[in-house]
Amino acid sequence: MRTATDWNAVLQDALPKFGAATIAVIVFFAILLLVFLAAGYASGRIARPITILILLGPAILLMIIGLVIPAIRTVVLSFYDANSIKFVGGANYHYAFTNPDIQRVLINTAMWIIITPIVATALGLFLAILIDKMKHESVAKSLIFLPMAISFVGASIIWGLVYEWRQNTPGTNQVGLLSQIVIWLGWKNPPDWLLWQPWNTFLLMVIMIWVQTGFAMVVLSAAIKNVPGDVLEAASLDGATGFGLFRRITLPMVRGTVIVVLTTIMIAVLKIFDIVATMTGGNYSTSVLANEMFNQTFVQGDAGHGAALAVVLFACVIPLVVYNVVQLRKERTVR
Amino acid sequence: MSATTAELQPGTTPAVPEPAVKAVRRAFSTRWASVAVVVIAVLWTIPTLGLFITSFRPAADVANSGWWTFFQNPSITFSNYSSVLLGGGYNTAGGLSSFFVNSLVIAIPGALFPLAIATMAAYSLAWVPFRGSDWLFFAIFALQVVPLQMALIPLLRLFSTGFHIGNVQVFPPMQFNDSAWAFSRLWIAHTMFALPLAIFLLHNFMSQLPRDLMEAARVDGANHFVTFRKIVLPLALPAIASFAIFQFLWVWNDLLVALTFGNTTTQPLNARLEQQVGNFGSHLELLTAGAFISIIVPLIVFLSLQRYFVRGLLAGSVKG
Repeated sequence: MRTATDWNAVLQDALPKFGAATIAVIVFFAILLLVFLAAGYASGRIARPITILILLGPAILLMIIGLVIPAIRTVVLSFYDANSIKFVGGANYHYAFTNPDIQRVLINTAMWIIITPIVATALGLFLAILIDKMKHESVAKSLIFLPMAISFVGASIIWGLVYEWRQNTPGTNQVGLLSQIVIWLGWKNPPDWLLWQPWNTFLLMVIMIWVQTGFAMVVLSAAIKNVPGDVLEAASLDGATGFGLFRRITLPMVRGTVIVVLTTIMIAVLKIFDIVATMTGGNYSTSVLANEMFNQTFVQGDAGHGAALAVVLFACVIPLVVYNVVQLRKERTVR
Repeated sequence: MSATTAELQPGTTPAVPEPAVKAVRRAFSTRWASVAVVVIAVLWTIPTLGLFITSFRPAADVANSGWWTFFQNPSITFSNYSSVLLGGGYNTAGGLSSFFVNSLVIAIPGALFPLAIATMAAYSLAWVPFRGSDWLFFAIFALQVVPLQMALIPLLRLFSTGFHIGNVQVFPPMQFNDSAWAFSRLWIAHTMFALPLAIFLLHNFMSQLPRDLMEAARVDGANHFVTFRKIVLPLALPAIASFAIFQFLWVWNDLLVALTFGNTTTQPLNARLEQQVGNFGSHLELLTAGAFISIIVPLIVFLSLQRYFVRGLLAGSVKG
């Protein structure tokens, strides 16, 4: 045990770690520099292949070892049992789609993918429109964008404080803001929010919406600013005003960006792990796909189930990413 | 919703003087838009403000009253921070300071390594074309689709058992237990996962550099390594800086990779805090102080480097 002011112990812990990091960084860049200098002497026909090998080789090798082979292995493992020894065919997938607990997980994930991106994008669009009219926007905009910098674990602790709950008996003060607000509004005995099924899932979604709204706002605000002023002017000369102007002119012109924002948030939501892990650990029927994959693999120790869930996740991500990329391409060619 | 239904105004001032009614309505709608945005911005800030205030309140106050009562009964203490940082508060040796160190030790090399490797690869793909390089670039681009989850189990097994063909050890197992070198697993994992996006973004930037410049360097007798160091690196610096910030924050904020490939020696702040939520949830004053320590670094980066930060974040928002 260290005493409260034992800076020595802190240093003793930190120095070897920083030492290792410094050595690793120095050695890494020293090797790069040496290889660069040495390769500079290569000439003639071998110069070009050597250049390509040195510049591109490390990246390709790392991606093959770290992503390509593991992804293929995961697909293979999803057809094997918990210890990856016995081939079990589609049993893991059968489990993933028939086990009631996992079905719950899939339903939760579907709700997350539908609700969170739509609410965050709608809010972001609403804010972007409002901000477009303002003269001084930067502080408010920064404040709404700020959660994007905070980790999901940090965001979860922030909202965990909001959702803190005490039995409402005389003499007990509420510590969580949400409980206090609903009591002020006249709800005598609010439930323990994170145990309150099925609404707890929605309360977790609020955290993701809180984080992603700023992202949607910043991207959409840039898109709205790109709508040419003369188009709007021409439309307003033709008598279009207010909401009509927005619906007929602005919205169609930023439609592509709205879709990109929507699908980008969807992809992020599909992979959401930290919020559920921090808030409930996946208990009380709040688990989602990425969280269940981790639980099955590393808590339950069933690599087969975990791999199958990872493949399901992958299969859900692919169409979204492809659609997103097609939209992005279209955006770029329009501009 | 009154503000949405109000007028959208073109950016330019009309040449014809507006009718008075219209001018009033316009001013009014701008006013309402500002009010609505400020209200939402305040709403968005309240949860973080609650965390911040709670972390400075004495334990007894935090346990018995909401943070909003602070304004009627302000009392401030720094003891939450000192006990969280140096021990005493959390029932572990050394408090959170060693986890803060871990976060830094993971995030700095975890941003530098992929950046260097990706910059080299991006230059090669953009300016040293060879047969199949377009195809290779497309393959790297497509790799972004693969979620982290697809790599976790096999990569962890590779780290713990190594790789051998028959009896020949091609790749030794990376078991470091409590040595400081245990961090290398995390550096390597973060580097591998960052590469597809990093190469894609940097390639996009580098391929737009002027061709004349590269050819002039070639004519002057510079080989690719000299061109890369003396011309491309300085010109691509803004893009590299944006991605460096994004990657640093991504690693700093990561939980999944740390939980999968780390051990108790390498545990970063986030992994520690995630554990504490369950164990020490009743000590909100300590949990909030710990959380604030973990979010202060990204917040400083955000506030001081906002321009680069936003650019990096928007470009990298599909990662993971």
